[in-house]
Amino acid sequence: MSVLVIAEHDETGLLPATRHTIAAARELDADVHLLFAGAGDADAAAKTEGVAKVLTANAEHYNHALPENLAPIVVKLADAYSHLLAPSTTFGKNLMPRVAALLDVAQISDAIKIVSEDTFLRPIYAGNAIATVQSSDKIKVLTVRTTAFRAVDEEGGSATVESVEAASPSDLASFIGQELSQSERPELTSAKIIVSGGRGMQSGENFKLLEAIADRLGAAIGASRAAVDAGFVPNDYQVGQTGKIVAPELYIAVGISGAIQHLAGMKDSKVIVAINKDEEAPIFQVADYGLVEDLFKALPALAEELDNVL
Amino acid sequence: MKALIAVKRVIDYNVRARVKADNTGVETANVKMSMNPFDEIAVEEAIRLKESGTLDEAIVVSIGEAKCQETLRTALAMGADRAILVETEANVEPLGVAKILKALAEKEGVDLVLTGKQAIDDDSNQTGQMLAALLGWGQGTFASKLTLADGKAEVVREIDGGLQTLSLKLPAVITTDLRLNEPRYASLPNIMKAKQKPLEVLKVADLDIDVRPRLKVLKVEEPSKREAGVKVESIAELVAKLKNEAGVLG
Repeated sequence: MSVLVIAEHDETGLLPATRHTIAAARELDADVHLLFAGAGDADAAAKTEGVAKVLTANAEHYNHALPENLAPIVVKLADAYSHLLAPSTTFGKNLMPRVAALLDVAQISDAIKIVSEDTFLRPIYAGNAIATVQSSDKIKVLTVRTTAFRAVDEEGGSATVESVEAASPSDLASFIGQELSQSERPELTSAKIIVSGGRGMQSGENFKLLEAIADRLGAAIGASRAAVDAGFVPNDYQVGQTGKIVAPELYIAVGISGAIQHLAGMKDSKVIVAINKDEEAPIFQVADYGLVEDLFKALPALAEELDNVL
Repeated sequence: MKALIAVKRVIDYNVRARVKADNTGVETANVKMSMNPFDEIAVEEAIRLKESGTLDEAIVVSIGEAKCQETLRTALAMGADRAILVETEANVEPLGVAKILKALAEKEGVDLVLTGKQAIDDDSNQTGQMLAALLGWGQGTFASKLTLADGKAEVVREIDGGLQTLSLKLPAVITTDLRLNEPRYASLPNIMKAKQKPLEVLKVADLDIDVRPRLKVLKVEEPSKREAGVKVESIAELVAKLKNEAGVLG
């Protein structure tokens, strides 16, 4: 039996999260099909490594990915599949439980390892425990923690593209608008380097000090919940248990104390740097390199030093 | 208009969960328990809707052991009108919870269900979406703003790229994100008053709903530990180490 990945995409093509999900799906040892609902370049998606078939359903009501519209078409296709997967992004988290409930099956949230076709690892309690769960359902519905699976390549595949009939539109929900953060910087969840600020930054204005570092490193900017709650930066900057989960090559935490909820979102980063004037801050317990210093002194010095060595 | 608010009793968010020595789960004996913080935000939102005259009745419900009555009393002290405990000693998965909530939402004839976007114990982030599916209602998940008018709910949602605004037909299910509001503390007089508010106790068995788990937890383990590294004395030393030792620069 095949497995179906529900593509998260924009008008152009697949978002990186989908390629991480395809990587997880490939570990199930079955043909990977991709549902590409709504407008976008499905032909480009068909070139993705490891995809055998792309199913397209191009109807206007699939734009904006409302689960009231998307869940019915996934459910209609589900019978042919052993597993349904989506990334554990706000897209997948919103959609997949609706699909699972309509199929009367459980959902495995945030899978970090595929042990076998029915057994999976998932973090619980903000990553302070890892549960091994075995599903007894006929169809397994999963969301996948993208940082746990190395993304497949954008090229290298040659999937067939097949159009499927759209399900009827729902009148339960309608899209009014969205405000997306515009940034020249890399996207937080796929960035190689992240510079992140916390309450210690004291204001949104002071995030310019982080931007100066991020510009030099080609890094994305993140934040702790405290910084978002204080209104320094928008919600989509938040790294943590209930925000974004990231695992870059280098994570620089500045003025972040390191609450367990924040650590849950970044502790799988390869190298962690902490800059904080409080030497007792818990962030130092996970940092590879810690610098106890006032960030308002350290950040300009760091910018200067980077200019010297890069 | 009536609202049902689902609240879960979880290990307090300030407590670090410890895995049991026999790897069957997480230690909950003698651990401080509290209302799931996201559910607190849901209760607060319902109370504000009451205060603004939009909502007539706020009914809180919890599913779990008898001690969940404490959690429900907290919600009553915050300002909810009455409470229902669906008592069970067993672990009920989100799908089972959604089925129980569906039965209660239909029995009570509510126009709105509010609950947290996720519980901080199992981190599933499923119940609200599953409930909306089972009821055939629209869902406004990860809400940071909610406005009710003319039989519709306008919801601003926190999504990965920023904010999205939806209009939902009522009845609907809303799951709350952190920025929706800041929950109040119950005052002492309100805590006293809450003791007199009605709290109905039902048994899962009375509802005739199949809530048997679909997932078997084979084991629960500690994650691999991250070792604390070294302290550096200066920015120059930090950059040199990042470049030469860690190899993550340039």
